[in-house]
Amino acid sequence: METVLAFVVGGLYAAGIYLMLRRSLVKLLLGLALLSHAANLLIFTVAGFHGDRPPLVPEGSEALAQPHADPLPQALILTAIVISFAVLAFGLALFHRAYREIGTDDLDRMKATDT
Amino acid sequence: MSLLPVLPVLIPLCAAALSLVAGRSRRLQRLLGTAGAFAGLAAALALLAAVDRDGIVVLRMGNWPAPFGIVFVADLLAAILVTVAAVIGSAVAVYSLGSMEPEREAHGYYPLLLVLLMGVNGAFLSGDIFNLYVWFEVMLIASFVLLALGGERHQMEGAVKYVTLNMVSSVLFLAAVGILYGTMGTLNFADLAVKLRSMENPGFPNALAMLFLVAFGIKAAIFPLFFWLPASYHTPPVAVSAVLAGLLTKVGVYALIRVFTLLFVRDTAYTHGLILLLSGLTMVTGVLGAAAQSDFRRILSFHIVSQIGYMIMGLGLFSPLALAGSVFYMVHHILVKANLFLISGIVHRERGSFSLENLGGLYRDRTALAILFLVPAFSLAGVPPLSGFFAKLALVRAGLDLRSYAIVAAALVVGLLTLFSMTKIWAEAFWKPAPAKATAEGFPAGAALYLPAALLAALTIAIGLWPGPLFDLAQRAAGQLTDPAGYIRAVLEGNP
Repeated sequence: METVLAFVVGGLYAAGIYLMLRRSLVKLLLGLALLSHAANLLIFTVAGFHGDRPPLVPEGSEALAQPHADPLPQALILTAIVISFAVLAFGLALFHRAYREIGTDDLDRMKATDT
Repeated sequence: MSLLPVLPVLIPLCAAALSLVAGRSRRLQRLLGTAGAFAGLAAALALLAAVDRDGIVVLRMGNWPAPFGIVFVADLLAAILVTVAAVIGSAVAVYSLGSMEPEREAHGYYPLLLVLLMGVNGAFLSGDIFNLYVWFEVMLIASFVLLALGGERHQMEGAVKYVTLNMVSSVLFLAAVGILYGTMGTLNFADLAVKLRSMENPGFPNALAMLFLVAFGIKAAIFPLFFWLPASYHTPPVAVSAVLAGLLTKVGVYALIRVFTLLFVRDTAYTHGLILLLSGLTMVTGVLGAAAQSDFRRILSFHIVSQIGYMIMGLGLFSPLALAGSVFYMVHHILVKANLFLISGIVHRERGSFSLENLGGLYRDRTALAILFLVPAFSLAGVPPLSGFFAKLALVRAGLDLRSYAIVAAALVVGLLTLFSMTKIWAEAFWKPAPAKATAEGFPAGAALYLPAALLAALTIAIGLWPGPLFDLAQRAAGQLTDPAGYIRAVLEGNP
């Protein structure tokens, strides 16, 4: 499972960076989306899979029974997903406005503010 | 238990929420915006006084013990930076009263400014690294909207670059946090510090340190990663430029200092050596970029990059004096750089242009403004007896003590080049006769513009004339940074 996910994460990073290197606003945004998903999956993978038992203390005992799933990475990813969706939604609106304002989605032609 | 560490976050949040409720009432929003900024300043001063008196203040959310619950930690570094951020927030809020267009105000300028301040304060005070990420995002999304608010063409171009690079940096940061959690099983700074110190293999923390260096390096705009900054910081209204220039890159520097004094200190010859090299390159490229520009705000934007180099230099040298120099430099730089942007805004208001070609004759017509510009400009270059001189002096002394002569030479030469580009602004905008064809007509700037700039200049002079108290504070902050045992104990075992 870890091996498969490792390849998925690597593939997502590669695809994301490839998309970002194309010179189009839309592909840039899709690339950013893939990158943030790759990071989320990375957190999930790197924390490891320790069984599918929920981290609940059974009735009558004092401690968690091993193995149990680690709840924290899921909490982290949930937060990160919410944030990245919000930022992506803003990015979508911004890039749409930028496209209408500048009249092109070609990143190579957005050099007016470069130095 | 003291609630003080959470107030600098809570007050801007409440003020922002209230001003959203105030909706389209411009007067109420302006009132709440400035009141929130000043209430935040009061809370920050109280926090600084408490930390100065009692040592590190820790607030545990819901009373959970440290590695399990969320903590807010205010050590001297965090308290100092929160205070300076609040000073800039108040100054910019007042400045905005006189300079912000009604259109932007109606679309939520003041709530965004408050949310930005909240994010910055949260990042300074957060005691665990995932919350640092969350506060970074709060701050970034507010800055994204502030940068794009108004939707002019050049603003859009700047915002596309700014948003993209910052999102890439956030993804790297998040990945690094995830790997750190996967291997260490904790996210609390103090707990991580303990576990990383007792780790057997020093190669792995180094790899992780590089990931953090790139992620924070993009946000702090250090050498090979700074290109988004001069492409975007000169596009929004001046008040926004000033608050971004003063605060945002410094949050990146703060994160670097925090991570590289608390977590990654095993192999300092490698990590801090690399940071020192990057600091030299940052200084030189930034100042050379500035020398090539001929637009008031672009020159200032490039100078942010070169000044970041000085702050990182203190971290790279990694001695108590050098870190004290870094802290002092950050305080000085936040005040001075925000002020220079505010003054560029006054010049723009008076003359209708940022381009040095179209400016001129300001010394004859507006002598007070010219002198107001000279104070932060000379301070930035490090002319005694202004604040920048003492900041640079501390760093140079620290460099000489450690026999890092190359970086000291770079720092001194860059200081001279800074002076050169400041005199360029001075000669073009203030000294030379006004050009015959002025492009746009300006208006006389009101007191709301002059007052914050004058107050910040007065602060710069005050620090220059009495550097003792602030330097003493910076040295004690550096003492806490170089000996993190106090920080770890305060967080993990309760207040001493």
